[in-house]
Amino acid sequence: MSHNYFKTYPNKDGFFNEYGGAFIPPVLESEMKKITDAYFTISKSHDFINELRSIRKHYQGRPTPVYYCNRLSQKYGGRIYLKREDLNHTGAHKLNHCMGEALLAKYLGKKKLIAETGAGQHGVALATAAAYFGLECEIHMGEVDIAKEHPNVVRMKILGATVVPVSHGLKTLKEAVDSAFEAYLKDPINSIYCIGSVVGPHPFPMMVRDFQRVVGIEAREQYMEMTGELPDSVVACVGGGSNAMGIFSAFLDDEEVAIYGVEPGGRSMNLGDHAATMSFGTPGIIHGFKCYTLQDENGEPSPVYSVASGLDYPGVGPEHSMLKDIKRVNYDVINDTECIDAFYELSRLEGIIPALESSHAVAYALKLAQKYPQSSILVNLSGRGDKDIDFIMDTFGLPK
Amino acid sequence: MNRIQQLFSKKQKQILSVYFTAGFPQLHDTVSIIELLEKHGVDMIEIGIPFSDPLADGNVIQHSSTVALANGMSLSVLFSQLEHIRKTVSIPLILMGYINPVLQFGVEKFCETCQSIGIDGVILPDLPLHEYTKEYKHIFEQYGIQNILLISPQTEESRIRMIDQQTQAFIYMVSSSSTTGTKSKFNDEQIHYFKRISSMNLQNPLLVGFGISNTETFAQVCEYTHGAIVGSACIKALEQPGTLEQNISTFVSSIKG
Repeated sequence: MSHNYFKTYPNKDGFFNEYGGAFIPPVLESEMKKITDAYFTISKSHDFINELRSIRKHYQGRPTPVYYCNRLSQKYGGRIYLKREDLNHTGAHKLNHCMGEALLAKYLGKKKLIAETGAGQHGVALATAAAYFGLECEIHMGEVDIAKEHPNVVRMKILGATVVPVSHGLKTLKEAVDSAFEAYLKDPINSIYCIGSVVGPHPFPMMVRDFQRVVGIEAREQYMEMTGELPDSVVACVGGGSNAMGIFSAFLDDEEVAIYGVEPGGRSMNLGDHAATMSFGTPGIIHGFKCYTLQDENGEPSPVYSVASGLDYPGVGPEHSMLKDIKRVNYDVINDTECIDAFYELSRLEGIIPALESSHAVAYALKLAQKYPQSSILVNLSGRGDKDIDFIMDTFGLPK
Repeated sequence: MNRIQQLFSKKQKQILSVYFTAGFPQLHDTVSIIELLEKHGVDMIEIGIPFSDPLADGNVIQHSSTVALANGMSLSVLFSQLEHIRKTVSIPLILMGYINPVLQFGVEKFCETCQSIGIDGVILPDLPLHEYTKEYKHIFEQYGIQNILLISPQTEESRIRMIDQQTQAFIYMVSSSSTTGTKSKFNDEQIHYFKRISSMNLQNPLLVGFGISNTETFAQVCEYTHGAIVGSACIKALEQPGTLEQNISTFVSSIKG
């Protein structure tokens, strides 16, 4: 890693080594170029930076704290810390990039924000940003996820967003992305696509990462202030990978810090039973960018599954794909059972109900703590679990 | 001269190129549909390789892709169906699809197979120009496969000229900032765009795609360009009750009049 990391990656065409880029039809290509150019000029302006800074402080409630898990650490060993993105306004890290994207939309004079959502966290965050800036908001969501994430659907509607149910294919996140892109293409002049993670064609993986970097910058500073040193490990869950890129980005240069990206292992290691893109996938092109992809021999994206809707995606951020290849980040899996166990452990030992997505990271931290009881572990607790409680009660019930 | 250039040297007006999704409505309809389209006076055919993640297509073509994939269509199945196509069909044939299935198949193997079958060109809407020239152009050229590139109303003039240098077939003009699908009539803005590109005097002929569904829209684009590409309207016709031949015959007259 070098200090020029953020200037080197991505390159001007949006590539992180071989990954990323913009594999898109020409209509989208010209729109993406406009967004890229606008992002580079507007996001560097003092007005933009000041407005975003003020929003983060007064509206989102940043900085979110770093918290030492006393009882969890006593039980499992190690010293486990959480970066509390669950305390960010709307209950997840997603608002960090949504406010940035919506602010950019405002500067560009756009009237409408369009996006997909999996668990509904990105949708809620974007609907929130739209309400804040007085913009229209249209969220595309798979029917399966709509049924599973009812509270978030209601929240989006209360916030004034239109929720468009997606009924083709597996009716989850991948189909929602296709549907949202299609809606965006119908009116790229007045609307802007606000992708929900560090995925999609350039400039989204770069833009979303940049807006999420605040998580890592804060966490590193807060952790240093609390302990006087760097953590031995940093852990985050990876679906598309936005919360992970947020926290990892601050530690990439710290070679002594081991970084772990945790993928959803689902029900089994068979294709279709998980969404562990980097653990089991191969390079491919999906949704306009190159990344590790779960796909069949014909290049068709495979069905994916995870107990956590927000991790249920057959691709992954191009920067993660590169960080895997250059071995700076270790990617590993946590299955559904381990995830649910961690969900209850954090709830009952610390009084924090984590999102099922974030529970994957917590579960991995518990493993690390048991394996290296002398070590310190900083986990990005990317979201709170209120949205998951009905699903958990219906599917798993209370622990025995 | 390749088959596409031969076509345009014989006929400069009213070119009708038809798109359909391979494997739709039935897996083994591919060859019959191609033969019938030629028989009923279509000038060129674009055979769609179905993909479940189509960023450029509207509902009709997406739906046909879903059905085709469920029927078991894939690039290798398609190639085996087309193995002897040149025994019965002489008009230009183009494959249209997304880049990932081609990458997983292998770009060189793909071009080699296209050449051996007698496929003249390829349209990959999500393969950007600079990626094509950097990574794949030499392979396409080695096997004599024309890469047909798309332009939209937003494409800059310098880029259109660059695209014009990269192909010896035609330029695919996307009619609007939208996905594929039918419209009843083109508006003034679109007509202005057709005129603007037509007056650039490019070396390649121009075909307009997206939104042509009837005699009126076909006549509108033919006034300013060499002809049109029709996709969604054909897919809809193939779904009608009746034989393939009846449906195709009705469809062709609904466009050409």
